[in-house]
Amino acid sequence: MNPLLWLGIAALGGVGALGRFLLDVTVASRAGRDFPLGTLAVNVSGAFVLGILLGASLEGDAFLLAGTATIGSYTTFSTWMLETHRLGEDSEWGLALANVLVSVAVGLAAAALGRALGGLL
Amino acid sequence: MWTFTDRRELAAIFAGGAAGSMLRVGVVEVLGGGSPAWPWATFLVNVAGAFALGYFATRLQERLPLSTYRRPLLGTGLCGALTTFSTVQVELLKMFDAGRYGLAATYGIGSVLAGFAGVYVSTTLVRRPRVGT
Repeated sequence: MNPLLWLGIAALGGVGALGRFLLDVTVASRAGRDFPLGTLAVNVSGAFVLGILLGASLEGDAFLLAGTATIGSYTTFSTWMLETHRLGEDSEWGLALANVLVSVAVGLAAAALGRALGGLL
Repeated sequence: MWTFTDRRELAAIFAGGAAGSMLRVGVVEVLGGGSPAWPWATFLVNVAGAFALGYFATRLQERLPLSTYRRPLLGTGLCGALTTFSTVQVELLKMFDAGRYGLAATYGIGSVLAGFAGVYVSTTLVRRPRVGT
């Protein structure tokens, strides 16, 4: 890959991380931090957008930049797992389990819906 | 709207996110995309990133003096961007398409268990009592 492409991967990855942070604090400032709704909102919306890109048959460098770099950095697995672990530590095992199951169920539905919509583009 | 955040914190998140993005793309380049076979690249960055975030979050919060920029740089930026949720969902969809439901279940459940274990192990390591320090 050429250096310009790497620069794009870096810059868009930074933008994705910033977008995640800003949506997370916005959601948490309204809904509180008892349940990690901010991360859920980030991950579900990211799965939806990545589904759209897939459905729209974006390929090659365009998919690498918009999908893998931007949306890949926007959504997060590590924070999702950390927040699940911390819920468990607080003996909120029901919420911990719900955080895993709801994220996967709604994330898959969002990705599938996005892909169907992207196919119409 | 976001007046409570400061520019240096945002810069730290951007820098960490840029590094995490390049690292993840680098791993995908080396190991290949995978799906609908087992996506080793995604699995590896996710489990490694969860382990690292457990380490950073616990150490920065409970062991080190408060720092404004380490958590945004290393946690929100680097580990957040190194790992990915959306790619996992799309990989699972492709496995469903291919009729590989067993693989999808194993990959989905395996990722969560391994990621959770990564956070648990690194958190425990940071909190363990240190002898002689």
